[in-house]
Amino acid sequence: MLIRARVNGEWREADVWEGSSLLAMLRDGLGLYGSKNACEQGECGSCSVWLDGDVVCSCLVLAAQAEGREVRTVEALSDGSGGGTGRERDLHPVQRAFVDAGAVQCGFCTPGLIVAVTDLLDRDPSPSELEVREALSGNLCRCTGYQKILDAVALAAERRREVSP
Amino acid sequence: MKAHRPEAVPIAGGTDVMVAVNFDVLRPSAMIDVSSLPELRAWERSNGTVRLGAGVTYARIVRELGGLDDPALAPLVQASRSVGSPQIRNRGTVGGNLGTASPAGDALPVLACYEADVVLASAERGERRLPLSEYLVGVKRTAAQPDELIAGAEWRVPRGVGSFSKIGTRNAMVIAVAGLCLTLDEDRREVRVALGSVGPTVLRATDAESLAARALSEAGAWDEAAAGLADDVVAEFAERVAGAARPIDDVRGSAAYRRHACRVLAARALRWALSDRSSNGKGA
Repeated sequence: MLIRARVNGEWREADVWEGSSLLAMLRDGLGLYGSKNACEQGECGSCSVWLDGDVVCSCLVLAAQAEGREVRTVEALSDGSGGGTGRERDLHPVQRAFVDAGAVQCGFCTPGLIVAVTDLLDRDPSPSELEVREALSGNLCRCTGYQKILDAVALAAERRREVSP
Repeated sequence: MKAHRPEAVPIAGGTDVMVAVNFDVLRPSAMIDVSSLPELRAWERSNGTVRLGAGVTYARIVRELGGLDDPALAPLVQASRSVGSPQIRNRGTVGGNLGTASPAGDALPVLACYEADVVLASAERGERRLPLSEYLVGVKRTAAQPDELIAGAEWRVPRGVGSFSKIGTRNAMVIAVAGLCLTLDEDRREVRVALGSVGPTVLRATDAESLAARALSEAGAWDEAAAGLADDVVAEFAERVAGAARPIDDVRGSAAYRRHACRVLAARALRWALSDRSSNGKGA
């Protein structure tokens, strides 16, 4: 079936199987491989995207439910606002903070975490550590690099406050 | 649509249905997306009654019903906040808890304490209301007819404090080993306790309820919020709550552990309620 949705600001169409998830549509139909496919049951958060502004697991959204709606993926974040150079010139400030804090090990969980952290900091620029932990509770890092991830969130929040106190 | 295709599976947040589809457990010949039906997405509080549309997400319950700051709604807000993770709460709905009818559905013990009605809708017969206790008939089994959709839940909001708590291996993304809701109804002078994850469906601990209500009467506590209950009464209450559980051994916990968890949760919930009502002058 043909599904049409606004993905990262552009109307896109994909022909998908009726039981397809939004994640399958993004990856296999639209070639957006940033959102990762791991657990397919909402446990890991690797497939986190925004659907009409809410962070959701795209593996749990039926692709047909995205018809006519606004989807934003991790790809939309790489807009160069992170101030890097060379290969890192496209990074978003949260991505930049993950690189600088060493919060990336195998990198599989990273896109989902970038989405969850960006969503958190957009809502609350100065979250407490407890609030960070709660906001990221739906994202698993099987390398267990959680401390560096928390460091990255603190770094991103701190830099953000410096730019717009 | 449901009348025309009774075999069609309704999908809202997809947090249960899509797991089954992704894992090839469910291959419905048709699905009905109910997530954008405006009637299901609405909630309303009027004349002391709440009607909660089946499609209201847990995130919205936390934000919107939590914003009312009504101690009697606190258990529902607490249960909603404990569901899954932020991603799951942005999608999951109370209608989904009702539709899946898992004994571990976090909202169900709360609705049991509220003695909520489940509102079912069909094209042919319109709406009907069924007490939750008649709607839930077993593990993942309900009294809904194939041509009916879950429209929502409706209950009279009691005046009084309460809480929801659960035990699991971590704070997020956990299927509870045991869950407990306790509410006080100051007007009817009743205590209600409901248990999740420790039986085929949600269980009320009626023996414990009547013991606590009677003890509060004898202590004069219904009229004087500062009056407490003796430790041995709280212990007996917790024992009776544990006795109401019908737990099984499974991968998440043994029956004995679940029963013990009920005992601990029950004593905590009763103490919290006593302290909340004495600190805010008899509940709501």
